[in-house]
Amino acid sequence: MERIEAIQKITEQLNDELIICNIGFPSRELYAVKDSPNNFYMLGSMGMASSIGLGLALAQKRRVVVLDGDGSLLMNLGSLVTIFNQKPNNLILVILDNGCYGSTGSQCSYASTVNLSRVAEAVGFKNLFLFWNEIDFSEILNINESIFVHVKVEKGNADVPVIDIEPEDIKSRFIEEVIGR
Amino acid sequence: MKDSSQTIYQALKNAGINFVVSLPCVNLGKLMEMVECDIDVIHVPVNREEEGFGICAGAYLGGKKTAILMQNSGLGNSVNVLASLYKLYKIPIIMIISHRGTEGEFMNAQVPMGEATTGVLDALEITYFNPKTPEDALKLISKAVTHADMESVPVGILLEISFW
Ligand SMILES: Cc1ncc(C[n+]2csc(CCOP(=O)(O)OP(=O)(O)O)c2C)c(N)n1
Ligand SMILES: [Mg+2]
Repeated sequence: MERIEAIQKITEQLNDELIICNIGFPSRELYAVKDSPNNFYMLGSMGMASSIGLGLALAQKRRVVVLDGDGSLLMNLGSLVTIFNQKPNNLILVILDNGCYGSTGSQCSYASTVNLSRVAEAVGFKNLFLFWNEIDFSEILNINESIFVHVKVEKGNADVPVIDIEPEDIKSRFIEEVIGR
Repeated sequence: MKDSSQTIYQALKNAGINFVVSLPCVNLGKLMEMVECDIDVIHVPVNREEEGFGICAGAYLGGKKTAILMQNSGLGNSVNVLASLYKLYKIPIIMIISHRGTEGEFMNAQVPMGEATTGVLDALEITYFNPKTPEDALKLISKAVTHADMESVPVGILLEISFW
């Protein structure tokens, strides 16, 4: 499964969740698949997706889905430990794992030799899901605890344009969506 | 003279800060305890300051008023997130920074980062205040929060060794 297919399959099954999306092609692909004020597109700060998602989940009640990458999670691996300890009941951490730094030319990451699900399990995560082909969120959306979702995807990026929204506008429309109602 | 930790805590409360992340410094211990005991403030201890900035950015998107309690060395750990998240999107935060390597420092090892600290803040174009006494801190933190909110930017409060 290509990463953009995974993003498509996940967003199709979501309802009103807030999405924090990883820097680089993942955000561009999400933008191409389904733009929404519910989406926060990262344009920098590699590694921070899971942390931003944690802060957002702790700050308000709506469910938060983080679309993170293997390389980015490895850059901020301590975040798993913090999430496990804080135990937000409205956070779904999805790792789109292509075993590489896809956005910069698919150079191998250590996720190609280390199983990130087992890392999450060792940290203490109880709700672990692994998908290779199909992605089924029906059970996931019924769990009110922190959830780790490991999705294996192929290397490579879709041919999609850059995001033509100013960072401040990405932020302000997102905040309006979260707080303004 | 007022208690230094109590004053910082009071100033943060006065300013409506309700979400705090922290990583210890010897000088921050008492303040961290006060924040932890306050049921109206969400307190998230973190493993690395950079992560703390990420968490506070998310909390801000969710409507919280945030602060980070850290040593100045943590600023070094957080340069990229301050530039490519906070500056890029315009996100406010109050940084309560124990500034080691300043006058009275007993550990030489703290000096290099201590000396680099204001240069790093200047390079990031981050405004900072340097209260010398608790009375000073009360006023300057209030000013810092107003500035952070108005401009939607991080603001630093540098607390040198002599402050504590
Ligand atoms: C601190 C930092 N280092 C390196 C980069 C360059 N960079 C941008 S995206 C990316 C790859 C991220 O990999 P991953 O999280 O696995 O996502 P993928 O693109 O594979 O989906 C890298 C290395 C950066 N933006 N910031
Ligand atoms: Mg990857």
